[in-house]
Amino acid sequence: MNNSVLKNLEFLPNDFQLIDENISSHIDKNYASQPYWKDVLNRFIQNKGAIFSLICIFSITIMAIISPNMSGHTYDSQIITQQNLAPRIKGIEKIGIFDGSEKMSTSKGATKINKYVSSDAKKTGLENVYYWFGTDVLGRDIFTRTWFGTKISLYIALVAVAIDMIFGLSYGLISGYFGGAIDNGMQRFVEILNGIPNLVIVTLLILVLKPGLVTITFSLMITGWIGMSRIARAQILKLKEQEFVLASRTLGAKSFFIIFKEILPNIFGQIITNTMFSIPNAIFTEAFLAFIGLGVPAPMASLGSLISEAFKSLTTHPYMIVPPIVVLGILMLSFNMLADGLRDAFDPKMKEM
Amino acid sequence: MKKYVLKRIIISILTLLAILLILFLMLEFMPGSPFNDEKLTPDQVALLNSRYGLDKPILVRFLNYIKNMITGDFGVSYNISKDTPISTLLQTRLLISIRIGGQAILIGTIVGLVLGIIAALKHNTIWDTMTTVISVIGVSLPSYVFALVLAYILAFKLALFPLLYSTSTPFQSSVLPTIALCMFTIATIARFTRTEMLEVLGSDYMLLAESKGVYGMHLIIRHQLRNALIPIITVLAPLVVGLMTGSLVIEKIFSIPGIGSLLVTAIQSNDYNVIITLSFIFSAMYIGIMLIVDILYGVIDPRIRLAKEDNHE
Repeated sequence: MNNSVLKNLEFLPNDFQLIDENISSHIDKNYASQPYWKDVLNRFIQNKGAIFSLICIFSITIMAIISPNMSGHTYDSQIITQQNLAPRIKGIEKIGIFDGSEKMSTSKGATKINKYVSSDAKKTGLENVYYWFGTDVLGRDIFTRTWFGTKISLYIALVAVAIDMIFGLSYGLISGYFGGAIDNGMQRFVEILNGIPNLVIVTLLILVLKPGLVTITFSLMITGWIGMSRIARAQILKLKEQEFVLASRTLGAKSFFIIFKEILPNIFGQIITNTMFSIPNAIFTEAFLAFIGLGVPAPMASLGSLISEAFKSLTTHPYMIVPPIVVLGILMLSFNMLADGLRDAFDPKMKEM
Repeated sequence: MKKYVLKRIIISILTLLAILLILFLMLEFMPGSPFNDEKLTPDQVALLNSRYGLDKPILVRFLNYIKNMITGDFGVSYNISKDTPISTLLQTRLLISIRIGGQAILIGTIVGLVLGIIAALKHNTIWDTMTTVISVIGVSLPSYVFALVLAYILAFKLALFPLLYSTSTPFQSSVLPTIALCMFTIATIARFTRTEMLEVLGSDYMLLAESKGVYGMHLIIRHQLRNALIPIITVLAPLVVGLMTGSLVIEKIFSIPGIGSLLVTAIQSNDYNVIITLSFIFSAMYIGIMLIVDILYGVIDPRIRLAKEDNHE
């Protein structure tokens, strides 16, 4: 189409004409190009496991929020006459909370029990008392306590996300972008901090401070961001020499604009995936700490401390340990599968592997 | 290469010193003292403090401490077992912990490798799916969940194995703890092996090897596994850390007289020296393994060594 123009050696203003955009652009009808996010979303929706785990996480969150009001008990109310009661669920008209509910109702029912023996069919004043998950050694409702503990675990998950997103991300981006002496110094610091096992840091920290939610948050803060900072740094090292960054710099963009507006959107997939992977890690750390007795203080409950308490009566009242373990397991599995699904959605190359 | 190794060693030593300093300072701020007995008069406490050298300035104590650690003198236990040298306390415990940890990592690595290889060779079949399911479960569930389930079903209900560790039957007692500990290792190694093997299987040199007529086990081991192994070495260090963390809980569940349960006891009774020593040992093992892995990595794959030297890493 340029041939006719080239033949004229003398250019006149009328020779030129603005090309209409519609003429030059060619739209592929067979495989329409889509925005990146739409692609990601489509791939994510096709992943059944990830969607299922997302639903699981949602329902667990909703349960954790509403269920403390469902049973009529609070997490710390003790009824001394109702200790060690096995789970009992009232008939079918009560909506089953999870699939195992029918099996649970077949257990021997809520009756006053002898020490270390599951409830017998003796007549007591408890015929109309129902505990969906049973009660613990102090006569507290395990149902309420389990969901209260779930709340703590979800809080830990939120904290992990916040730490990763705010601290780890910034640290890695700044270290990687500026390079040179700054990078060297920051990386030596990370290297030394990373050389200390988490176990040692967390244990000592919780000894110095009092065990409690604040301390656990704090100890997660100290070590939780390292993985993310490394990913962010590696990604920015890859991207910072690319043309679009150079173009932006030529146009006069400042460093922080380039880091957060130009580079960050390009590595967002990696960041989200890694954040999701750090959630189960954080929940696990909390559960682990609770198990060795460094968790939230006594009347409160977390999934780890519930498992730890129920472990003491594992051989006599095994039902006590089932709810926290099942919820913890589903939560961890869901977060892991969700993270897997996100990784596959953001980076389809990984999926084949 | 020499420069790289030297640099790694210096950083490791610095880290170790930093750890000693941190441990030392943190324990300074720890609530409670090793002499909590209400019957002790202030004079007696002062006497005890001077006897154990706790009245000297921090710096002197710290230098003394480093000197003692290097010579392997960890001091005596204050609370758990009064005046017993910690090295004596550790002797039997360390062996038990290392044995169980070693078993776990050995079995975990072998099973994980085999599972990963099978999954990769039989890609997109039922074997592959099974391996993926196992590895997702193994990565997701904390080791104590496995331990509790195993303890309840195999030890308590079926009575196939002892529920608690007994020194008279060291092998049978260590079966369940080992299985519980190695689940995470199996899952991680299987996952990595599968990913790496699939990548190797799709590579050009694999095509070349096959067209040259290499086949069977020789192909798998010499050409595929060897190349796939390199990245797997990097996950070994985090795995060892996982084992350490896991061992605390597992040792508590099965009442194993190892260093993990000793640390828990020490934490609960504020036994300064024992905590500091065990933290030091955990850290030293961790740093040592990281160092070995880093150097091994450089030896096996020259590209990484060169890249790291360029980046001052």
